[in-house]
Amino acid sequence: MNQIKSIAGACAAIAMLAGSAVAALAQSSDATGGVTETNKVVQTDGAAIYETVCQGCHMPEGAGAIGAAAYPKLANNENLEAAGYPAYVIINGQKAMPALGSMLDDEQVIAVVNYIRTHFGNNYAEPATKDDVEAARP
Amino acid sequence: MPTGSSSMSRRDLLSMIGTVAGSAAMYQAMTTLGFAQESPFTGSLKLDGDPKGASVLILGAGLAGMVAAYELRKAGYKVQILEYREVAGGRCWTIRGGDKYTELGGFEQECKFDEGQYLNPGPWRVPYHHHGVLHYAKEFGVEMQPFNQVNHNAYLHSSKAFDGKPQRFRHINADFNGHVAELLAKSTNQGGLDQAVSTEDREKLLDALRGWGALDKDYAYVKGVDSSERRGYRVDPGGGQMPVAEPSDPIGLSEIVQSGLWRNLSTGNLYEFQTAIFQPVGGMDMIAKGFEKEIGDLVTYNAKVIEIDQDDQGVTVHYVDSVTGGEPKTATADWCICTIPFSVLSQVKTKVSSEMQAAIDNLPYAASVKVGLQFKRRFWEEDEHIYGGITFTDLPNTLISYPSSEFFSKGKGVLLGAYSWGAWAMQFTSLPPEERVKKALEYGAQIHPQYNDEFDNGISIGWHRVPWTLGCYGTWSEDSRKAHYQAASSIDGRIAMAGEHISYIPAWQEGAILSGLDAISRLHQRVING
Repeated sequence: MNQIKSIAGACAAIAMLAGSAVAALAQSSDATGGVTETNKVVQTDGAAIYETVCQGCHMPEGAGAIGAAAYPKLANNENLEAAGYPAYVIINGQKAMPALGSMLDDEQVIAVVNYIRTHFGNNYAEPATKDDVEAARP
Repeated sequence: MPTGSSSMSRRDLLSMIGTVAGSAAMYQAMTTLGFAQESPFTGSLKLDGDPKGASVLILGAGLAGMVAAYELRKAGYKVQILEYREVAGGRCWTIRGGDKYTELGGFEQECKFDEGQYLNPGPWRVPYHHHGVLHYAKEFGVEMQPFNQVNHNAYLHSSKAFDGKPQRFRHINADFNGHVAELLAKSTNQGGLDQAVSTEDREKLLDALRGWGALDKDYAYVKGVDSSERRGYRVDPGGGQMPVAEPSDPIGLSEIVQSGLWRNLSTGNLYEFQTAIFQPVGGMDMIAKGFEKEIGDLVTYNAKVIEIDQDDQGVTVHYVDSVTGGEPKTATADWCICTIPFSVLSQVKTKVSSEMQAAIDNLPYAASVKVGLQFKRRFWEEDEHIYGGITFTDLPNTLISYPSSEFFSKGKGVLLGAYSWGAWAMQFTSLPPEERVKKALEYGAQIHPQYNDEFDNGISIGWHRVPWTLGCYGTWSEDSRKAHYQAASSIDGRIAMAGEHISYIPAWQEGAILSGLDAISRLHQRVING
């Protein structure tokens, strides 16, 4: 390795090191693995995205839940009539719901919006569009 | 950071060294984000002056609420607490054998841990500079013990490097530092840093690099006594006529850089994780129990707040029994300290200013998951000589933490088998509790094959399914702090918010304690000054 190259290599490694810690902090104040996949959802199918992300709060079958406060049920939910609304909430979050826009790409958002709008007693056949998602992106 | 030597200043260089050795860049980033500030706690709170019988209603018996109650009662206030749960402590919480836990969605778990074993689903460590938490722990006689954050014999693991074989922390640590020190020494010697480093500094810097990186007399990081004194020997020095010690072979720089295992080398250098760091003996909730012993008589348990009202005379809170429901009851006071997380409060009708309401409505709560795994024997100690500390992995369980207590005991032991954030935490949380345990076992067995034979039972907490928080902690961004923090932390009419979310140390108990103390100090001034 020539000298310039070796310095550049070391700097890059160090910059990555610092970068990973910043990312970890942005996510939390605690230790994290620091690998980039942490904050990306890998599933692409609407049902799979629902079952591995949304279901944590909105529950299987979109049933919602009630404790000290509630998770809205998605089953038979008229707020899903316009695809742009769930797309906006998924991307930007709402109240305590975290924004998922950085974890999901446009296709994933469309897939999961279409899934919840056609399941759990919802029958909104008109699929979400790229425009719905792009309009919702900050 | 510049990537060519020509554009490097001395400051850049020193900061780069600091980054590898001591996390200067990280520290700076942390300070910007509001982390890493030393707790300004300076000792017992003095609330001088007579509150003349003023009353305070506290919502939530977590640490923020309980420290407020404890200090306000001492200062002469009439205090009442409403708590949603059947016990005090909030997220200062420990699960032990026999405990039953039903999460949102109705999924039930019963912890089957042996006597003395436990999992802290929430906070599990107390840094030496969290003076507020440590002050009350001491005041209440809570016994503290060291928490092993960094263990040089624990692992760094990547499923994509070293054929998936976990590497000892000490190997990666010594070799990464050694190689980087050698690179910098070479550049210094070859004049590559002449623009950046003065002649006077050069020799001293070379000395420092040799000492820091365990370089030999020629400033090389090579197999030998110097490097083995850091990374350990292939054959350790023995006694008598035992085999002669043999140094070990360092791993090459490229392999380490490519592996990504350097990512977690500096975690223990972070201010919040530096040695000394502690845990209460027997579980984090010992701190909550310390408070509860003092002020438990003030608490109404199983009280679900449904409306918070105020006017210029006082505060009225409506609540129902959180288990049985029934007719709403009413509690009134002159003032209110509300520690209800904004994840919950944003759904409670609350009479506050529009600025406060905007703050309440704009705080997302983080996803986090923990899985506790009990094993029939402490194989990490018996087979691998790992005593406490943390193994980091690129698998979705993120880390495995070994217990910092009962070392060398012959009984069972509980590992923290998963502690994840972000998308991985959401994915764990979406699974039924027993599936989370299975996943943690599947990932962990790639690091410790003993998992397969020694597993006993497990328990898992996904924080978004915790019925009384609906999330782990309030995540402020730089923008949201600018827009809402001032309002969130102001006394709004007769109501002041408190909790980890009203602090610059979010997610930490110290944030909750300081927030509670700060709220009552300002409230007290208002009461005393009329």
